[in-house]
Amino acid sequence: MNEDAIQEKVEAKAIDALDEDFDGEYPVVIKGLRNSFGDQVVHEELDLKVKRGEVLGVVGGSGSGKSVLMRSIIGLQIPDEGTIEVFGRDITEASAREDMAIRSRWGVLFQGGALFSTLTVGENVEVPLKQFYPELLPELMHEIARYKVVLSGLPADTASKYPAELSGGMKKRAGLARALALDPELLFLDEPTAGLDPIGAARFDELTRDLADTLDLTVFLITHDLDTLYAICDRVAVLADRKVIAVGTIPELLKSDHPWIQEYFNGPRGRAVQNRPEAAKGMDSHGQTGE
Amino acid sequence: MREWAAYSLEEDGGRRALVVTGPLTISTIGALDRELRAFQGHVDTIDLSQAGAIDTVGAWTVLRFSRAQDAKITGAGEQASRLLQAVEEARSSAALLPPRSRLTLRVPETLGKYVVEFGTSSRDMLGFAGYILVAGFGLLRHPSRFRPKAVVLQFELVGVSALFIIGLMSFLIGIVIAQQGAAQLEQFGAQIYTINLTGRLSMRELGVLMTAIMVAGRCGSSFAAQLGTMKLTEEVDAMRTIGVSPMEALVLPRVIAAVLMMPLLGFYSAILSIIGGASISALTLGIPFHTFLTRIQAVVPIYDVWVGLVKAPVFGMIVALTGCYQGMQVQGNSEEVGLRTTLAVVQAIFLVIVLDAFFAVFFTEVGWG
Repeated sequence: MNEDAIQEKVEAKAIDALDEDFDGEYPVVIKGLRNSFGDQVVHEELDLKVKRGEVLGVVGGSGSGKSVLMRSIIGLQIPDEGTIEVFGRDITEASAREDMAIRSRWGVLFQGGALFSTLTVGENVEVPLKQFYPELLPELMHEIARYKVVLSGLPADTASKYPAELSGGMKKRAGLARALALDPELLFLDEPTAGLDPIGAARFDELTRDLADTLDLTVFLITHDLDTLYAICDRVAVLADRKVIAVGTIPELLKSDHPWIQEYFNGPRGRAVQNRPEAAKGMDSHGQTGE
Repeated sequence: MREWAAYSLEEDGGRRALVVTGPLTISTIGALDRELRAFQGHVDTIDLSQAGAIDTVGAWTVLRFSRAQDAKITGAGEQASRLLQAVEEARSSAALLPPRSRLTLRVPETLGKYVVEFGTSSRDMLGFAGYILVAGFGLLRHPSRFRPKAVVLQFELVGVSALFIIGLMSFLIGIVIAQQGAAQLEQFGAQIYTINLTGRLSMRELGVLMTAIMVAGRCGSSFAAQLGTMKLTEEVDAMRTIGVSPMEALVLPRVIAAVLMMPLLGFYSAILSIIGGASISALTLGIPFHTFLTRIQAVVPIYDVWVGLVKAPVFGMIVALTGCYQGMQVQGNSEEVGLRTTLAVVQAIFLVIVLDAFFAVFFTEVGWG
């Protein structure tokens, strides 16, 4: 087959919405967000900007609306008020075409992994590829699925296993492999280390940082885990009183006198992490890279 | 329009170089990947210096081609080298699907599995029935452990709240039997036998059978789902550790409720079915409502009522047994609750119908035909 014929065939199969480019500094910009369930207001007047290339940790007490915030950004929760711009487009008013373009450029890891239970891990990784890039050859998709599985820190033979056969930590890695399937620029992680043992959690943190550096990812990371914050986050956003009360590096946040922040970082657990030598090192090496 | 990645060939002192142009990302690689896979001939180097943005898919495509050609990659920028290395390290040739045996082997294997499963689950269910009996005797010896509140709650769930739907269903079935029966019997001028048909069929068979099917759908499924969820959330284990027997606290009240409620519901269903038949007869066949009911007394022998009432508690037992058994078998994940619930209903209805056939033959043989 000659090259023009190939080109034509590929173009015919490709979804033409996916050629947008974004060069702005803030892939995610939230302004005046308000979310409520019935009488209960979760967010009010919430503003947040995520910088390109940073790992942004989002912390907050249970029920402070961290997951709701993430769901709002990825379009699963329709906000009452406010605008959410992702890659420069308002997600709440995006047309189907723009929506498709935005969705092809982010990856989401849900808390439980949210793998499709009837498909193997490898097939799970192929789902977004088939959905967004039907022009790719099946061979290429198989190859991509294989290396993404390994890239996510799983043994190669995990690709042929079903989610039910995996442990909790492996499920999260498999979920990460699927989130990375499209080589996204923006990665959402919802409590990636929750429920993992300390060793597994530390490895997952390391993997996240490695991938963020290698693949130039912008990471929006919801966590409860102080170790994760110190180890991999460039900046931390604190959610309390229905809004983002502070965003900054950990040393900056430590200077804040907001009671929740003080209690969070200077509580018994916070102190324990601060006093560890590797925590201080983590702050040095990553603390300023997002600036 | 999307800008697709492309290549050109350059010749330099006998060495052929493949020069890649354009962005090498997942959204632009489609054409280049196909072209490189179909590429005939040989190149010595792959030049990336004119390529644009690159991601892991672009890096993989270049890497795969360079390995196939045994060509060197030149002109890779910092980002490209990093990705090439990352992808190189993550290379794998593992299968994406688990190995499957041939169809000729799989069919007997699956069949065998089903047979074994059927055997073990029959045995286990019999064992479960035994447990219920033991728990029942235990309760007789220690009546203070009886939980009247739990039983009454189940009475309401199994009995009272089902009255409307069972009543409506029976009424409609009564109409259908009388109407269809009359249409056939009319051909012999034996229209009056519609009353016998409706009365005897409702009392002996349909009242209890339809009620059992409805109770299996309503309660068998909810027993399985409730107990299954309680097992998943470790409520059942928590009970055991406090010294409360799940058999006594969870299973027995449900079994007792089903066994006691089924005869009442079955009888109620038969009555409603007769009323349905009488109504349609009065409307379309010209048999007055009152006459229909007095004829029922004359043509339905009293043992028909007993046949229905003897079967009812047995069916109730079957429904509660399968529901509770399947619920208590739940292990692992929430998916299993759904599976077990379906299984409970299917098994209950199947067993009820099998037993009903058995009862039909039995009662005819003993002279209650």
